[in-house]
Amino acid sequence: MTEHLSSAVLDVRGLCVEFPGRHGTVQALSDVSLSIRPGEILGVVGESGAGKSMTGLAVQGLLEPPGRISGGEVWVGGRRIDQLDDKQMQQVRGRQIGAIFQDPLTSLNPLFTVGAQLVETIRLHLKLSKADAKARAIQLLKEVGIPAPEARYDHYPHQFSGGMRQRVVIALALAAEPKLIIADEPTTALDVSIQAQITSLLRRLCDDHGTAVMLVTHDMGVIAETADRVAVMYAGRLVEIGPVAEVLKNARHPYTRGLMGSIPALGRRVERLNQIDGSMPRLNAIPAGCAFNPRCPDAGPRCRKDRPEPAQVGTGVAACWLNAGGVL
Amino acid sequence: MSDALTVNDLTCNFDVSAPWLNRVIERKPRQFVRAVDDISFSVPMGGCLSLVGESGCGKSTVARLVTGLYRASEGEVRFAPGKSGEPLSAQMIFQDPYASLNPRWRVRNIIAEPLRELKLRNSEAEIMERVGELLKIVGLAPSDGAKFPHEFSGGQRQRISIARALAGEPEFLVCDEPTSALDVSVQAQILNLMRKLQDEMGLTYLFISHDMSVVRHMSDRIAVMYLGRIVEEADTETLFANPRHPYTQLLLETIPDITHPKRGRSIAASEVPSPLNPPSGCTFHPRCPFADARCKSERPEMRSFADGSRAACHRIEETVKAINAA
Ligand SMILES: Nc1ncnc2c1ncn2[C@@H]1O[C@H](COP(=O)(O)OP(=O)(O)OP(=O)(O)O)[C@@H](O)[C@H]1O
Ligand SMILES: Nc1ncnc2c1ncn2[C@@H]1O[C@H](COP(=O)(O)OP(=O)(O)O)[C@@H](O)[C@H]1O
Ligand code: SF4
Ligand code: SF4
Ligand SMILES: [Mg+2]
Ligand SMILES: [Mg+2]
Repeated sequence: MTEHLSSAVLDVRGLCVEFPGRHGTVQALSDVSLSIRPGEILGVVGESGAGKSMTGLAVQGLLEPPGRISGGEVWVGGRRIDQLDDKQMQQVRGRQIGAIFQDPLTSLNPLFTVGAQLVETIRLHLKLSKADAKARAIQLLKEVGIPAPEARYDHYPHQFSGGMRQRVVIALALAAEPKLIIADEPTTALDVSIQAQITSLLRRLCDDHGTAVMLVTHDMGVIAETADRVAVMYAGRLVEIGPVAEVLKNARHPYTRGLMGSIPALGRRVERLNQIDGSMPRLNAIPAGCAFNPRCPDAGPRCRKDRPEPAQVGTGVAACWLNAGGVL
Repeated sequence: MSDALTVNDLTCNFDVSAPWLNRVIERKPRQFVRAVDDISFSVPMGGCLSLVGESGCGKSTVARLVTGLYRASEGEVRFAPGKSGEPLSAQMIFQDPYASLNPRWRVRNIIAEPLRELKLRNSEAEIMERVGELLKIVGLAPSDGAKFPHEFSGGQRQRISIARALAGEPEFLVCDEPTSALDVSVQAQILNLMRKLQDEMGLTYLFISHDMSVVRHMSDRIAVMYLGRIVEEADTETLFANPRHPYTQLLLETIPDITHPKRGRSIAASEVPSPLNPPSGCTFHPRCPFADARCKSERPEMRSFADGSRAACHRIEETVKAINAA
């Protein structure tokens, strides 16, 4: 888990994030390690509040104060970025990391045309003349599948539908040819038929340009159809990470298995869905040992005492005593 | 089986015109959205019919028309007589368990409100006893009644809304995206609870969701809506095995599937049209791979089939052939 992948676009090692507060310090992320190679899509799943968005924000240096990185390292393209100052980080964002958020409206300025926003972003990061920047903007709109991009260049965001706006946001994220794209629930606000267009677009960009993508979503179906590997988070910790097909078919962590079982299957109908009883603990009340132990059907005495370290199991990594010497 | 709910030719128009003065100054006409356009369906007693379709197609509007929160512009909503001989009483469960509970009330008073309102219990002691029972039915503890909504998680709040809906002793529940705001693991808890209540209390459901796997799990029958109209209705298994309408086919084609991921497919760009300015003829024609000249000018009538399904499309024979060939 701690191996340093020099070929990785993103390499996160032992990342910890904390929020100091009046009632003590909350540990929002605890010892998160993951990496993404060029052209690879890493899906990040988990319940809301598990720390998915937090991981993406910490990588981009966008934690809201007083939140701060309290441990670990973030490397992008072979360069350590977690200690850079605001100005340096601003250059990293946009130039090396593109961001796509859930609600396309928050990423677009309603007062400017889509073309103007694209040109501004392009010229901020690439040394291009106005005319060349415009040509590139139109090229980008075309690439993300906007019909009649020349005409659309002069339109305002409200003149686009939800799916088209999200494409524009993707075009903006691509403007400076970043090596890494962090997409946080990019399709959650969209209809399924549009959702499929956006995920197949992300997939194609990865394949064509070798971009690495961190795809944050709570939709396992989206992960199954788009990601190469998947990381499962629970209570601010990474509980399992591995190739998608492997994790879907053969999950190693009891939480992942519970999560899979609770999804209604399309193929067959069951009387009752599997459910994980209870709910995820609040971050200020994480139980000792394994954070999942109060809900875990396999928990043993050791789980209530010692925290399981992530360990290699088959082709993936899981943090569970079942795979590391037993629960007793 | 007799029908619990019959809806005939239901239409609902919303006035979305600019304010009067702006209309006069800018010489704009009044503008209407036909959110629900001449739809008919029925729900058998003890069954579950689901409405599915993309955002803005009119699902919630149908739910609100059925429960009387909106008035229909045309058409009728008829409930069959229930156990008491009076028309069935319907209760609604909403998508957002945060917004639908009064934050300043203790949970026991939230749940007791319908009991008091409808005078279903005589004394305060009986009311509180019933509240305790309802909390237990939905998997909470009677002592939770003393707490406020913010002290609960999303899934627990949805349990509270269900307890509140059950307090009115409804025989019919309209559920508008009851689990869309919840995580999958919590969603499973709520769906299991709803199925159990249906079996134990003989409830009838009108269920709304945009998630086809949830719909498949919950419903006996499914009606697919597109821009305010029902375009296809069929038994759940029939619809999944043999979708007739091209829009249903698109919907099924695009659901992400965990067990058989359709990786590497490429989806043609197409957009959901605006209900303010619906396309002519068959409103699906700009996105339909089968569309021809007739589709652009003539609205297709609903046709019934031998297996009990209905669909509104000029070219059903071709579409069914195409899907069988694929
Ligand atoms: N009170 C209202 N006034 C004006 N227009 C409305 C009103 N309520 C709904 N509409 C319009 O009617 C159409 C159908 O809306 P409805 O809320 O029924 O959609 P829906 O299918 O439930 O969508 P979603 O999946 O997003 O919840 C939409 O175009 C919506 O903008
Ligand atoms: N400003 C903040 N102060 C304290 N805790 C926060 C703050 N922002 C987020 N958190 C907590 O961090 C955890 C992870 O949040 P997030 O990454 O947004 O979850 P998700 O997995 O749903 O994306 C949550 O429990 C959340 O409550
Ligand atoms: S470590 Fe123990 S409690 Fe945690 S997931 Fe594994 S078996 Fe369950
Ligand atoms: S009527 Fe024509 S446009 Fe409409 S769904 Fe059928 S084939 Fe397609
Ligand atoms: Mg999030
Ligand atoms: Mg709705």
